[in-house]
Amino acid sequence: MLYIKCPWCGWRDESEFGYGGEAHIKRPEDPDALSDAEWADYLFMRTNPRGSHRERWVHTAGCRRWFNAIRDTQTYEFKAFYKMGEEPPGGEQ
Amino acid sequence: MSESIRQESPLVERNTRARHQASPANAGITVRPRPFLACINLRGDPSDGAFTDAVRGVTGIDLPTTPNTVADGDQWRALWLCPDEWYLVGAPGAENDAVDTLEQALAGQHFAVNDVTSGMTTLEISGPRTRDVLAKGCTLDLHPRMFGPGQCAQTLISHAGVVIRYVDDQPTLELMVRRSFADYLWVWLEDAALEYGMAATE
Amino acid sequence: MSQPHRLQTGGRIDRDRPLRFTFNGRTLQGYAGDTLASALLANGEHLVGRSFKLHRPRGIMGAGAECPNSIVQVGSGNATLPNLRATQTELYDGMEVRSVNCWPSVKFDLSAVNQLFAPLMPAGFYYKTFMWPKSFWHNIYEPRIRKAAGFGKAPDGPDPDRYDKHNAHCDLLVVGAGPAGLAAALEAGRRGARVILCDEQNELGGSLLASRAFLDGEPAMSWVDRVVGELAAMDEVTLLPRTTAFGHYHHGFVSLLERVTDHLGPTSPDERPRQRQWRVRARQVVLATGAIERPLVFSNNDRPGIMPASAVSTYINRYSVTPGTRAVVFTNNDSAYQTALDLADHGVEVAALIDVRPEIEGVLADRVRKEEIDVLPGMAVVDTTGGQRVSGVRVMRLNTRGDSVYGEGRTIECDLVATSGGWNPVIHLHSHPGGGMCYDHDIASFVPDQPVANTLNAGACSGNFSLDGCITEGFSAGATAAAASGFGSDDIEGEAPATARVREAPMRPLWRVPTRRTVTRSPKQFVDVQNDQTSADIFLAAREGYASIEHIKRYTAMGFGTDQGKLGNINGAGIAAEALGEDIAAIGTTTFRPAYTPVTIGALAGRDFGPERFHAVRKTAMHVWHEQQGALFENVGDWKRPWYYPQAGETMRQSLDREVRATRQSLGVLDASTLGKIDVRGPDAAEFLNRVYTNGWKKLEVGRCRYGIMLGEDGMVMDDGVSARLAEDHYHMTTTTGGAARVLAWLEEWLQTEWPELRVYLTSTTDQWAAISLAGPNSRKVVEQICEGIDFSGEAFPFMTWRAGKAAGIPARVFRISFSGELGFEINVPANYGQHVWDAVWEAGQPYGITPYGTETMHILRAEKGFIIAGQDTDGSVNPMDLGMHGLLSKYKDYLGRRSLSRSDAVREDREQFVGLVTVDDPAEIIPEGAQLTDDPNANQAPKPVPLAGYVTSSYYSATLGHSIALAMVKRGRERMDEIVHAPQADGRVIKCRITSPVFYDPKGERQNV
Repeated sequence: MLYIKCPWCGWRDESEFGYGGEAHIKRPEDPDALSDAEWADYLFMRTNPRGSHRERWVHTAGCRRWFNAIRDTQTYEFKAFYKMGEEPPGGEQ
Repeated sequence: MSESIRQESPLVERNTRARHQASPANAGITVRPRPFLACINLRGDPSDGAFTDAVRGVTGIDLPTTPNTVADGDQWRALWLCPDEWYLVGAPGAENDAVDTLEQALAGQHFAVNDVTSGMTTLEISGPRTRDVLAKGCTLDLHPRMFGPGQCAQTLISHAGVVIRYVDDQPTLELMVRRSFADYLWVWLEDAALEYGMAATE
Repeated sequence: MSQPHRLQTGGRIDRDRPLRFTFNGRTLQGYAGDTLASALLANGEHLVGRSFKLHRPRGIMGAGAECPNSIVQVGSGNATLPNLRATQTELYDGMEVRSVNCWPSVKFDLSAVNQLFAPLMPAGFYYKTFMWPKSFWHNIYEPRIRKAAGFGKAPDGPDPDRYDKHNAHCDLLVVGAGPAGLAAALEAGRRGARVILCDEQNELGGSLLASRAFLDGEPAMSWVDRVVGELAAMDEVTLLPRTTAFGHYHHGFVSLLERVTDHLGPTSPDERPRQRQWRVRARQVVLATGAIERPLVFSNNDRPGIMPASAVSTYINRYSVTPGTRAVVFTNNDSAYQTALDLADHGVEVAALIDVRPEIEGVLADRVRKEEIDVLPGMAVVDTTGGQRVSGVRVMRLNTRGDSVYGEGRTIECDLVATSGGWNPVIHLHSHPGGGMCYDHDIASFVPDQPVANTLNAGACSGNFSLDGCITEGFSAGATAAAASGFGSDDIEGEAPATARVREAPMRPLWRVPTRRTVTRSPKQFVDVQNDQTSADIFLAAREGYASIEHIKRYTAMGFGTDQGKLGNINGAGIAAEALGEDIAAIGTTTFRPAYTPVTIGALAGRDFGPERFHAVRKTAMHVWHEQQGALFENVGDWKRPWYYPQAGETMRQSLDREVRATRQSLGVLDASTLGKIDVRGPDAAEFLNRVYTNGWKKLEVGRCRYGIMLGEDGMVMDDGVSARLAEDHYHMTTTTGGAARVLAWLEEWLQTEWPELRVYLTSTTDQWAAISLAGPNSRKVVEQICEGIDFSGEAFPFMTWRAGKAAGIPARVFRISFSGELGFEINVPANYGQHVWDAVWEAGQPYGITPYGTETMHILRAEKGFIIAGQDTDGSVNPMDLGMHGLLSKYKDYLGRRSLSRSDAVREDREQFVGLVTVDDPAEIIPEGAQLTDDPNANQAPKPVPLAGYVTSSYYSATLGHSIALAMVKRGRERMDEIVHAPQADGRVIKCRITSPVFYDPKGERQNV
């Protein structure tokens, strides 16, 4: 059971949150300009790193805000929590 | 509205005392339903002075902008739900005029006002075992050091989403719950309180 | 009932409170304060069970969580508890106890003949033997193994006990209330920190409960009593005896199992739960979990009466029980010398103290020699004799390298062997969340290495075995943890009690006593006595190529038992190192995983079971009315929806036919309150709907409604519903009942993450509105009668529009929509008035025979019209073209999922398409939902796999049409109208079906437009 810091509500149990997968995947501006393979890449392909992972969470049972987190997929340690629209701490990775 | 119009609490099935053994004097918790409290869901941008002014004009309240806090006025109480959403809670029946007045005061702005008086109901829980009973289904830290006057929080009690509000250090805590979950929450509370005894009052 | 092995005085038992219990039908007596194990030993009952594979006699071995043998069944009926450890089961009056894994009795066990075949059942035996022939596994091997194996018997009926959960938070959780844990809790508690101190035993004190040590010049328990008294008086300290921390997860989350009433027996006097699972979120965790003594491994070391030395001391000092009359102590370190003294001081003859170390000196050795105990240095026990109890040991000289024994053997008679091979720190909880460990040569065991965040190890579990060291580490850990939580500094404020420090001589690591013959030809040296795994098995695994300790564990099943190898696993690692010719430090241990000791499923479930609490139960404002009308309910999401309303004597089919006919012919009423409702408001609301629905929304006039479907970005249908335009910037959206929360979260996700520039607010109003759906030719008459301020004429209030007015005096939104194909109106009113308006509708509808209908009739009515139910006719693999919804796909805008609709797979010509089916031979036969469809009429005889043509998604009997109807997904289905497909059934029948349009009734939609 992870302990997650909602940027608005503070520390809450994992049971209050929903997981949204990898963060910072931008929906293509012009989907028609993409080949099937490129569209599939946007739809399905994720980095799945061992180590730091930028991911989306939503405080489902609380303020219902989506936010981003950086979590180490090996140790489960959260390195950062940041609001939507904010740059990831440490810059682009 | 005419005399023959009848409101029903979502706890219509449970508002009988027959199910409860304990008297308030020796009960671990006492549950007091607060049906029909006016409740308005308000959305808007709190950094916009026109919005906050209009709301203050109608409710007499400065909307709380600190997460999980409450602002009390004479007629209305505002509970922070998210950065641009609040519940306005008032006396039963106050919702109709308030929705209209808010709509007028906010006309032309980007906002949303929804009467959710029927969609929510309130239970007040007090007694020495209040925190122990809620801790059976709530992962929030309700210790007085962590959750005190002026605070509220949206969270889960078992499978029901609730807004918990600190009332007093008796302790009394207030649960706002969506009406469709109210009966489940009541049944859950009764079962959770079995070892301490639960009483119901009006 | 004489308790012949009970000492006259001493111990932590209450001789004034005798307790009666039965063991395999015999009535025995113990005392309050006894465990079942100590009470059995007091009565001379060593033999408690049989081993798992070989059915060798098994006696009480340990005194706590580590005991691999003392597995018993307690109680009877549905409250019976299988596989309890007698060493951790508190005795209560009237306890009924039976041995397990033996038949007909523990002393005469027929399966013990397995021992004769033991040479045929080495490690890997199951894997190798039961592989072939394949078909034998299910029918012959598995049932027989199941019957022969296993220990306790689970009850057949529901568990009568109550279980509960409790979420707790603290600044500091201390696991273990021995000297280190008590000190840590005291240090932090005095500073005002919120402390939870838990311990698996019934009393706090840990190892001191069985110790004869002194603290501050008094027996150690005096110090314990003072500390516990002070802790108990602190408001912010919670003391939890009888509570095992069984799992340590990430971020300070620890699961505890509190045995609340287990010690009271099945007749608990109050409403407390039997067990309570504590789910603790701790800022800081101090693990003070102690250490477990490991036995020495030698041939025939499994006989009852052979015990770890510390267990012997515990039985004497704590329970005042002598586990034997003539003892041999066998050790490689100093700690067992204390056991020799404990035995001698309580009148048990110590026949010899055998120490593998060639030279022995020190205070303890001097004291033992003073007791005139025969100390044999440089020797080892090489074998034992005995049947159901050890009767003697055979001793030989051990060489300096420790790899062979030599010289004249000597036999010593005894009925008790107390062994010590050193101590293993209990690092389980440190390891659960991924804490590292390393090998410590001084103690020849593994100690915590890489730290776990916000977790400290204190005392014996960190490898510090001295009493004063444990206490000092405890105070230090308490100070550090309290400081980290904001209570004071790292400096210790409490004062450690004075204790005499005994200098101990170094141990001599020995993983197994060498044998004269090769390991595999020697008498069995048990490593895991519960599972009958021996050093020979480990050598065999190594010889067969297993090099990792994790693989060796799985091949040998070492540590697989209910004890999880608490005694044997480190010895096993040492023996594996020998077999592989490597260093144990490199071999490591197997991974420790929760649970530390077994946890009941009941405690994990808590109260979240049964129809009222397994998940949330959502009810509409009219729920009680439905109940009073005799409705049966269906679960839809968390909602209880009326399914159908059987009248007296009606079958389900008769009810449905009646409800369907009444609605088509006159008037039906449905509680539609459960549909998800979302208030969408803001200047960009129309643009937002345009992006999330496939069709266009900007031109929808205020006052009108429109049907829309939402796709996932993969182009598959996700949800559908009707939305109404309330104002230029304001919509009332509806979703499916089950999809409401998912859709709102999905919409919020796009608004918050991808389109923050859109000025739109979403508010869930599902619970606010009670929705009363009227359908049928007479529905207009009823709404006209009860509503005010609305012109219901067809011209003023056409199909797919909405109007505001009053219904039965209540402000209402009335929608003219239809999910049945009939003229229909849906009245939405604030739910507090839902029953009031429903009553008015009911009364006004009486002249028309108003008939309440449930979800099943709703499904039939819509299926007659070919309307889909998202989630029933779609399954996440169906796109809008498959459903024939091309007309809903706007060509003039982008929307979520649109790009996916032109992917090669989406435009494949052989995709399954939505069609209707009717049966050919028996028009009334209802095809089972989910039935697979084939083109081959003889599919049941055809070679497998049979090519599939599609499958049935919905299927009903239509009273309107007088025959059954089904909806299905069929490959190229729209090209195949009137063709025949077949639905082969499990019973061998094949249902012949004809493909039709999915719209069975009123294809032009005339009825809803009147």
